Amino acid sequence: MDNQNKDTNTILISPVTRIEGHAKITIMLDLEGAVKDARFHVNEFRGFEKFCEGRLFTEMPTIAPRICGICPVSHSVASAKACEMIMGIKPTYTGNLLRRLIHIGQNVSSHALSFFHLSSPDFLLGWDSDPAARNILTVADKYPDLALRGIRLRKFGQEISERITGKKIHSMGIVPGGMGYPLTEVNRRALLAWIPEATETVKMGIELIKKYQDDHKEMVSSFANFPSLYLATVGPDGENELYDGKLRFIDENGKILEDQLDCAKYLDYIAERSVDWSYLKYPYYKPYGYEKGFYRVGPLARLNVASRMKTPKAQKEFLNFKSLGNGKPVHGTFYFHYTRLIETLGSIEEAEGILKDPKVTDEDIQTIGRANFYEGVGSSEAPRGTLFHHYVVDEGGRLTKVNLLIATGQNNPAMNRSVFEVAKQYVHGKDVKEGALNRVEAAIRCYDPCLSCSTHAIGIMPMVIEIKDHLGETINVIKRD
Amino acid sequence: MAKIPVNIDGKSLEVESGKTILEVCKANDIEILTMCHLEGLGDIGACRLCLVEIEGINKLLPACTTKVAPNQVIKTKTEKLKKYQKITTELFFAERNHVCAVCVVNGNCELQDLGYKVGMTRVRFPYLFPKCEVDTSHPWYVMDHNRCILCTRCVRVCGEVEGSYNWGVMKRGVAARIISDFNTPWGESITCTSCSKCVNACPTGAIWPKAVVQGQFKKNPKMITELVEKRKMHL
Repeated sequence: MDNQNKDTNTILISPVTRIEGHAKITIMLDLEGAVKDARFHVNEFRGFEKFCEGRLFTEMPTIAPRICGICPVSHSVASAKACEMIMGIKPTYTGNLLRRLIHIGQNVSSHALSFFHLSSPDFLLGWDSDPAARNILTVADKYPDLALRGIRLRKFGQEISERITGKKIHSMGIVPGGMGYPLTEVNRRALLAWIPEATETVKMGIELIKKYQDDHKEMVSSFANFPSLYLATVGPDGENELYDGKLRFIDENGKILEDQLDCAKYLDYIAERSVDWSYLKYPYYKPYGYEKGFYRVGPLARLNVASRMKTPKAQKEFLNFKSLGNGKPVHGTFYFHYTRLIETLGSIEEAEGILKDPKVTDEDIQTIGRANFYEGVGSSEAPRGTLFHHYVVDEGGRLTKVNLLIATGQNNPAMNRSVFEVAKQYVHGKDVKEGALNRVEAAIRCYDPCLSCSTHAIGIMPMVIEIKDHLGETINVIKRD
Repeated sequence: MAKIPVNIDGKSLEVESGKTILEVCKANDIEILTMCHLEGLGDIGACRLCLVEIEGINKLLPACTTKVAPNQVIKTKTEKLKKYQKITTELFFAERNHVCAVCVVNGNCELQDLGYKVGMTRVRFPYLFPKCEVDTSHPWYVMDHNRCILCTRCVRVCGEVEGSYNWGVMKRGVAARIISDFNTPWGESITCTSCSKCVNACPTGAIWPKAVVQGQFKKNPKMITELVEKRKMHL
């Protein structure tokens, strides 16, 4: 955390640590030293939407996941679904099963990374501990069993991908129409053998976070606690769903605003606007407008939105989570961690069910098709939330438009609000302690943002660069409208 | 056919006259790198990978189009040749936009194999990053100029084997492009028979079927060779 107090009225945290990507936070103070505003800036830029234009649409399930090394499977799945809509085909039963399994693997891996590697140092070592040592290595030194288990849980998630496609990251197997590789019996058994250990590890994580929540009730309940709308994918009965389902919006009181929405209609409900200080766009729920329509996605949203979990162990924890809100959505940002682990538990249970499905090793894994329609939309629940891929193609199947609406982008307004709320709570005046700034960063880490994913856009992006002299006076402003 | 003496890489051989150096090397298990050569098609010496040194001749000559002559002393694996082979390979990559990770033939690509063979670890020349068309107008196949190395195997197989003469080459040097008919979209070709011979003859992922996706496609150039051989049997 450098560049503090460069400007007498501004505190800059750059770079934000232990997140995926590069970002900075600016906290603006008033004359009395109270927080006036706080902003989360994303200073990465990728441009996938533009340079994918002109490629054949069937290449997208392999190109798009290169956006991110953490959630490549979610990109592949959303992309493959968009392609299938263009082709007018559906994956085979086993192809779907394997895609679901590999998607679970990625979510387990990502959630393990978020909780054990990136966030647990705050809980286990303390918010105000030495920042140089506040990392997974110190956790491994002081809590070797837990750290090792966390690392192995991530390994399990990645091994699912490796045992199906031969690669842990950026696997080439997810294709329009299903999967490119089958699961062998040897690999099925090997993955099944992981289930008890993986379950045990997640349970340990859940106990850890629940104890922390009990021991720090005031902090946890007040940490960036603000009402918002929520969006997530649900199954036909409103059950929690990560791979395939329909969309549900709820309001801050839990009232269902939209249910069983086809992802192809996402633009009817979601609009985006650009801001001049970040590469990340500001999506919002269209019917409510920009001011009132900001919503959250991701594990907290998924569990707030869902009526139930699909598996018994996760359902038990889900009921405990729901009790925190007394029948209403839980708005506390800190609960992202708890919901992330509940979801991981459910994923492992679901993976066990899939691995015991007698058809999982079938070789009928892909249907073949060609471009029959001009437009396709696919969605999936990435670890960080709902992800949309939207393609328009010409007669030959060449992409003429690519729109990617990424989970982190959808959480952007909420992340800004979280930063503001936490800054108001912990930052007073320019002389702030490092631990307070760490809490501000932690508000972002709750969302487990993947900035590489979310800064994919290209086009006219308003930009303002302010040049200040040593007294903090603005001497030049460069604007691009 | 008369036998003549030649020396290749220090090995004295009695070989049939009228054969190319490449044919002689192949018959004697002497490896020569090639890219534009495909057994069954006429050779044109375009890729310059099969260059050899011949004593008494002060320039390098392509093995695929140079015929053996009596008492020739030929060298195929000198440091000079290896250096040029590596440069040539790097230039293939620098000239167009080759992104193996997302290519249909990733893992089954002759250009990729060549890179490994010559020990290419990076490209030392500036990439040109040309803006290339992806022609998806054909109902079944794609022509992606980003991945084309101008070996013209597609042009020759289409003319020499299929007899359609759909493919041709326009412009010169780095501006050269493979074209369908008179530079019209492939899907509008009046000569293409959709036989897929060009798809299999192409050594990279430049021509591929729409039905396959990344890393799934394994080409079968030997099919061309076998077809040509079978036709000879019936003549």
